[in-house]
Amino acid sequence: MTVRTVLTVAVLTLQEAARRRVLRSLAVLTVLLLALSAWGFSRIDSEFGGLTSGEARLAAAMVLNLVMFGMSLIAALGTAFLAGPTLAGEAESGIVLAVLARPVRRSAVLLGKWLGLVAFGGGFVTAAGLAQFLIVRTTSGYWPPEPVTGLALLAAQTTVLLTLGLLLSTAISPMASGVVAVGLFGATWIAGVVGVVGEALGNGGVARVGTVSRVLLPSDGLWRGAMNAFQDPTLPAQFGAAFEGHPFLSESMPTTAYLAWTALWVALVLGLAAVSFQHRDL
Amino acid sequence: MTGPASRHVTGDAEHHTAGLAPSPAVWCSGLRKSYRRRTAVDGVSLTVGRGEVMGLLGPNGAGKTSVIKMLLGLVRPDAGEVLLLGRPARDPRSRARVGYLPELFRYQPWLTAAEVLALHVRLSGAEVPEGERRECLASVSLADRAGDRVGGFSKGMQQRLGLAVALVARPELVVLDEPTSALDPIGRADVRDLLLSLRARGVAVLLNSHLIGEVERVCDRVVILDKGRVAASGTLPELLGRRELRLRLDGVGERAEARLAAAGRLTRSGDTFTVTLPPDHDTGDVPGLVADLVGLGVRVHAVEPVRISLEERLLDILRTGPASPVEERP
Repeated sequence: MTVRTVLTVAVLTLQEAARRRVLRSLAVLTVLLLALSAWGFSRIDSEFGGLTSGEARLAAAMVLNLVMFGMSLIAALGTAFLAGPTLAGEAESGIVLAVLARPVRRSAVLLGKWLGLVAFGGGFVTAAGLAQFLIVRTTSGYWPPEPVTGLALLAAQTTVLLTLGLLLSTAISPMASGVVAVGLFGATWIAGVVGVVGEALGNGGVARVGTVSRVLLPSDGLWRGAMNAFQDPTLPAQFGAAFEGHPFLSESMPTTAYLAWTALWVALVLGLAAVSFQHRDL
Repeated sequence: MTGPASRHVTGDAEHHTAGLAPSPAVWCSGLRKSYRRRTAVDGVSLTVGRGEVMGLLGPNGAGKTSVIKMLLGLVRPDAGEVLLLGRPARDPRSRARVGYLPELFRYQPWLTAAEVLALHVRLSGAEVPEGERRECLASVSLADRAGDRVGGFSKGMQQRLGLAVALVARPELVVLDEPTSALDPIGRADVRDLLLSLRARGVAVLLNSHLIGEVERVCDRVVILDKGRVAASGTLPELLGRRELRLRLDGVGERAEARLAAAGRLTRSGDTFTVTLPPDHDTGDVPGLVADLVGLGVRVHAVEPVRISLEERLLDILRTGPASPVEERP
């Protein structure tokens, strides 16, 4: 019964994502970004004809990471603004009343929503990311070394954000939870960049800002791993200096311990959301 | 209502979810709920028997919706116990055969009406074939809108859909919170018919409504809430027990007056005599009285039964407080 509830709600959430305006806005934003990047990559080739092959690869990796960052931002915005209304909004409008009066556990409904959102976020990241890779390949001939790992890390980053969005939406209003989730995402990214700059400058205190923020909200750590998977592995050896303190180049993949922590973090936040939702009067 | 024994004899196994005797559809005891410092519900206990239609009445803010939400596990009570169809309400399975139309009725606007019903059937765990689901939509006059998105429905249509949602998974208990608040007069009549057909099918109903006429027509029993407490409860005859008879007479002699006084408490103003009949009076009492009066030479101009409406009784209870004489305290 619980499994049936989880799956039913997951399918319902996917249906919601597919039929609401969120999807259309996401699609428009993504197409816009893809078109812009196609134009940008074709310019790199024609304008910088004099670049060495290494330099061209560095430029391609950098621009690809920049575009992928835009994509991850769209995914973060999209899922955060889907995760918020899906709980808080339904509680506010009363949609959730008739659903929860059925023989279902609230935790099963929450898990179903989470699963639906993860599938949606993962699907979006995969589709948009692949489209982007194809564009880069056609325009500049560059193909990222580990596309699957990179996209998986991006999907994990989206999962982290939407889990946070779900937790927030059990306690605060739909808009506020979306805004706070996206705000935290941005803040962690900036803290991550600050940390990288700190490392480049050899300043331990500043570097720790990035480390701590990456532990508190694992979105930025996963994002840096994804960037690493998208860029040519020979680049750091060739252009070591360019990597120091660069927001759109990354020197390393996340460690297994960090990935384990991310999984635990998601489980903890989801558990917290279930407890918070369980105790809520509707 | 048949008693537990006769139900057992008929072998109505569906009603035996716990033990041998059919447990009531709803049983709650000592429900309490405070929101911050305001007490919304203060020690409410009530029972809805199997197949019984019970009305929940009371002014705004009396705690009716809070009680309903506590019964369904949507609001956590600070104290008290709830059993639904024999199972503790903490167990989600207690709601397997419960249909609910919330006061705030909203359904997934991105789904069609038929999809909303299919969703609720799946969540309830029941197997309801598509034909039956379609019939359910037809019973609330939404058959031709089955394929339309709920987002485009008017409030009245959404409330009709809500009724279909409450009824679709073959419930044994239906909880309707203000089911006609958005409906036109025809819709209200439809709901009344629907309630009567539920009663005929032995489905228990808990009905919260401000439309007292509606409650009076369909309910077997009524619970009146005021300020979070049960102010009165009982069957309609118990609550409305007092019946009066107003007679316009002349030529009333001593013997005739004594005959009138024997029928009940008598008050007189001019040629109008008012007799308050006892709660247990017989249907033959009034014709007998009139025949006797005529026999005593009294000229009878008018005989008018004065029925106390539930509305008058409700206002009386709410204004005079719980010390009112007729109500039965649980």
